[in-house]
Amino acid sequence: MEHFRAKIFHYSWLMCGQREDAEEVAQETLLKVFESFGHLREPERVRPWVFRIARNECLMKRRKSVFAPAKELSLDQFLPAQDQRDGRVQLQIADWSGLPEDQVLNAELRAELQRAIGELPENYRTVILLRDIEELSTQETAHILDLSDDVVKTRLHRARLAVREKLDGYLGGRGEHHGNA
Amino acid sequence: METHEHSETCREVFALLSEYLNLELPPDACREIEQHLAGCAPCVEFAESLRKTVELCRRYQPTELPGPLGQTARAQLLEAYQKMLAARRAAP
Repeated sequence: MEHFRAKIFHYSWLMCGQREDAEEVAQETLLKVFESFGHLREPERVRPWVFRIARNECLMKRRKSVFAPAKELSLDQFLPAQDQRDGRVQLQIADWSGLPEDQVLNAELRAELQRAIGELPENYRTVILLRDIEELSTQETAHILDLSDDVVKTRLHRARLAVREKLDGYLGGRGEHHGNA
Repeated sequence: METHEHSETCREVFALLSEYLNLELPPDACREIEQHLAGCAPCVEFAESLRKTVELCRRYQPTELPGPLGQTARAQLLEAYQKMLAARRAAP
């Protein structure tokens, strides 16, 4: 129970932005899960079912708080600029090659990632949380959010591009921009 | 320094990168992307940064945990949990 509660709390916290709301969402979600477990038709799909309930609870919280209108992200806004130096085309992006692949994220990088995800518009944030943090499938995410698979794929890509861009700014700010030497 | 425009193929690859990384594209589309990547260093560099972004998300572990449940909330949850277990035991 505590494992699920922590999972739901974390999703809700990044969705609602408030610890207190996330605590309540986690508690309400668990209550509903226990009360309606008998209605679950496919027990192997318990995780998407739990997140669907959590997502609905987050929406209820949002209705009670300040309404943030949905914002759309366009693909082109994330296309990085390129330039040509020494006869070679180069992207104007940071150097990602030094980023550790297999280590626990350090506190600074984790905070940057958390901030980048937290700043995404809600309709994109929920998709990247379910797909890349919770590692649910496209189909499961589509079911949770009442979206088509194609919309999930589109939003995931744009959410990733937005997070990538924020992290790129962070890595670049550490003096790792290409050609800045 | 001369600004360089992305080619149409670079833009197409850029639009499909997440589906490519997720292995959600049909084999023909994958082959086309791989053919393009084989000759386009900027696209490789960008794809790698996107792949690392996804990897970072997957490795992200929250440090914030919910606070301990209050007595009433714990009792409420335990009651609902026990009812659920009882209903499952009674089910054919």
